[in-house]
Amino acid sequence: QNVGCRTLSLSAHVGFDSLPDQLLRKSIKHGFCFNILCVGETGIGKSALMSSLFNTNFEDSPSTHFLSSVRLRAQTCELQESNVLLKLTVVKTVGFGDQVNKVDTYQPIVDYIDAQFEAYLEEELKVIRSLFSYHDTRIHVCLYFISPTGRSLKTIDLLTLRSLDSKVNVIPVIGKADSISKAELQEFKKKIMSELVSNGIRIYQFPTDDETVSEINTITNGYLPFAVVGSMEKVKIGNKMVRARQYPWGIVKVENESHCDTIKLRRMLCTNMEDLKEKTCAYYELYRRCRLEKLGCRDIGPENKPVSLQEVIEAKRLAFCLEMERKEEEIKQRFLQRVNEKAAMLEEAEQQASMPVLTKYARLMLMHQEEELKLEEKKKLLEDEIAQFIEKKAITVSIQSQVSVSTPVVSLK
Amino acid sequence: PHAGPVESKNEAAMSELVPEPRQKPVVPMKPMGINTSLLGYIGIDTIIEQMRKKTMKTGFDFNIMVVGQSGLGKSTLVNTLFKSQVSRKSSGWNREEKIPKTVEIKAIGHVIEEGGVKMKLTVIDTPGFGDQINNENCWEPIEKYINEQYEKFLKEEVNIARKKRIPDTRVHCCLYFISPTGHSLRPLDLEFMKHLSKVVNIIPVIAKADTMTLEEKTEFKQRVRKELEVNGIEFYPQKEFDEDLEDKTENDKIRQESMPFAVVGSDKEYQVNGKRVLGRKTPWGIIEVENLNHCEFALLRDFVIRTHLQDLKEVTHNIHYETYRAKRLNGNGGLPPMTVKTEENHESNL
Repeated sequence: QNVGCRTLSLSAHVGFDSLPDQLLRKSIKHGFCFNILCVGETGIGKSALMSSLFNTNFEDSPSTHFLSSVRLRAQTCELQESNVLLKLTVVKTVGFGDQVNKVDTYQPIVDYIDAQFEAYLEEELKVIRSLFSYHDTRIHVCLYFISPTGRSLKTIDLLTLRSLDSKVNVIPVIGKADSISKAELQEFKKKIMSELVSNGIRIYQFPTDDETVSEINTITNGYLPFAVVGSMEKVKIGNKMVRARQYPWGIVKVENESHCDTIKLRRMLCTNMEDLKEKTCAYYELYRRCRLEKLGCRDIGPENKPVSLQEVIEAKRLAFCLEMERKEEEIKQRFLQRVNEKAAMLEEAEQQASMPVLTKYARLMLMHQEEELKLEEKKKLLEDEIAQFIEKKAITVSIQSQVSVSTPVVSLK
Repeated sequence: PHAGPVESKNEAAMSELVPEPRQKPVVPMKPMGINTSLLGYIGIDTIIEQMRKKTMKTGFDFNIMVVGQSGLGKSTLVNTLFKSQVSRKSSGWNREEKIPKTVEIKAIGHVIEEGGVKMKLTVIDTPGFGDQINNENCWEPIEKYINEQYEKFLKEEVNIARKKRIPDTRVHCCLYFISPTGHSLRPLDLEFMKHLSKVVNIIPVIAKADTMTLEEKTEFKQRVRKELEVNGIEFYPQKEFDEDLEDKTENDKIRQESMPFAVVGSDKEYQVNGKRVLGRKTPWGIIEVENLNHCEFALLRDFVIRTHLQDLKEVTHNIHYETYRAKRLNGNGGLPPMTVKTEENHESNL
C-alpha cells in the first residue's frame, strides 16, 4: 500500500495526532449499534440472561410450547454509559425445539440472518443511498443456548450450529447453569467443546493477536461455553438489591463469578464488540459475494474477459422489462378479445331487444289475418261441400219418389 | 491599528506561538436513552478504546491538492503545514524548470507519524494551472483527476470480491491560492471554484499575505467572501452539511470571519525574542508565520489538521463521492465513459 512513498520526519508538532479523537468524537455523536441473536429452546432463559447482561428488562410474555414453526422476535433499546450511546437490538427465537418434527427448524433463523444481510446489500446497491445514517441490523453475535443436561449436545444443536457457523459469530452458552454442579460442569464443558471440534463447528474465538488483551482472551477462551444464569428478579442481600435466584438451599448470585459465568460473558461481549462487528462484515462480504455471483455477476467472465457488473445488471433489468412488457401486451390482448366478444353479444341482444314493439304487433296481426283467411277458405270449402251434399240429397230424393210405387218407401234418414 | 476579528486571546503577547485549539468536549450535549450507570456498570464504554486501538493500527490516509498560479508559495505552504520537506521545490526559483504547457497533475505520497498515529499523506500539485496565455478550461484536467479517483474507488467498491480496506486516493481537500491583488477575485478564480466546489472540498487561501496591511487584508477578505457568495460558490465547510447546532455555530464563525485564510509560508527559522520561529526576514522586520498577529497560517493549520481533518474526509466520502456514484450509476449522467489506467490488467468493472 505504501509502495513508492517516502517516510518523512517531522521537524515540529503538526497536530494530526488528534485524528483518532476527531474520529471518535464523530462516532460518539453518531452513536453505536449492536445486534445480538439468542437461539435456544423455549424456557431456557434467554430473556432472563439478556436482562441480566444489560440491566434492562427484555421480558416478553412467556411463549407457549405449541407454535408450529420457529419465529423470531426482535426488541431494541437504547443504553447509555458515560458518553457512549448504544442502540442494542436483541432478537430471540420463539418456539425453537418445540415441534414434534424438528426438520428444518433452523431454517427461519438462517433466513432471518440472511434477510438482514440482504437488506444491507439492497441499501448498498441503491443509486441514491444513505449508508451513513442506515440502521445496521446485521447480527453481530449469536448466543446459542445449550440445555443443561449434563451429558452432551443434542442433534438439533449440532444441526443448527452447523448451519449458523458460516454466517454469524457463534458463542455457545449453557443456559440455566445453576442446575449443574461444579464438578459435572467441567466435564460437560469439555464434552461440548470436543463435540464441537469433532463436528467441525467453528465458534467465535476471542482475538489473541493484540498483546494487551491476548492473555485475558486466551484464558476466557478456555471458559467456553459460558455457563450462564440470568434473573429478572432482584433479591435483597445485605442492604443492596442484587440480581439473584433464591432457592431454599441458598442464593445464586448472577454477578458472582464463582457462581456462574454471566459476568465473564458480559465482559467479553463488551470488550470485543469492535472485533465482533469486524468479523460480521467479513461474513457479510461472503454473503454479498455469493448473492452477486448467483445473480450472474462475475468479476471475470468467460474467456477471462472482465465482465461489467453494471452490464449484467442492465441486461437483467432489460430482460425483466421486456418480460413485463410482453406480459402486459398479452393481458391487453386478452382483455381486448373479451371486450369484443362481449360487445358482439350485447349488440345481438340489443338488436333483439331493440326491435320496436309495434312491428311485433304488426307481425302478429299479419299472422292472425293470414290465419283468418285460411280459416275463411276452409269454411268456404266446407260450405261448398255442404251445398253439394244438399244437392245430391235433393236429386236422390227425386229419384226415390219416381220409384216409390213398386218399392216400399225407404225413409232416408 | 485595530486588530482583525480573528484575534483570539493573544492581545498582550507579541511573539506567542498559537496555543492549542480548545479541546472539543468528547461528551455530547444531551444524554439520551436509559442511563445504565444508575443500575451498575456494564462496560459498553470500552468500545471507545477498542475503536481507538483499531484506528491507530490501520492508520489514516489524507490527500490534499494545491491549486494556484506558480509563484504563489504553494509548495512552501505545504511544507510549513506538515513541518517537513513534503515538496522538494527549493526556495529559490529554479530557472531551468520550465512552466508546463498544460496543467500537470503530480501526486506524491509520504508516510508520516506523530504520537503513534500513522498517516499516509499525498500532496497533489498542479503545476501549469493559470500560467498559460489562454487559460480556458484549465480546470478540466484537475476535475478529470478528481473524478478519476472517485472512479477508482467505485470500481473497487463494486467488485464481487473486494478488499477489506479500499485504498483511498480521493482528494479530500483542495487549497485554492488566491493572488493577493487586494482588489477582487479574478475570473479564473471564479471559474475554477464554480466548477470544482461541486466535486471537491475547496478551501480558498490568500497567498503571500505579507504584501497587505491589516486593513487591506480585512477589506480584501470581505470582498472575496462577498464575491464567492454572489457567485454561489460553496467552499468548505459547506453550510448544508453542518450536522448540528454545535457544528453550525462553530463553522459560521469560520465561514463569516476567518475565511479565506490569509497565509504566509516559510521553512526557515529565525531567532525572535529568544525563540526559534518560522518566518520571513525582511529589512523591516521578521514576519512570524505562526504568529496570529502577523498572518493566519496557524488558523489554517488548526482548521485543516487539528479539528476538521476527519470531517474533510467524511464530507468527501459521504457526499462528494456519493454524488459521483449516483451520477455514474444512473447511466453516465453526462459524464464521459471512463477508461482508468490501473495497476492491474483488467478494466473497469462498470
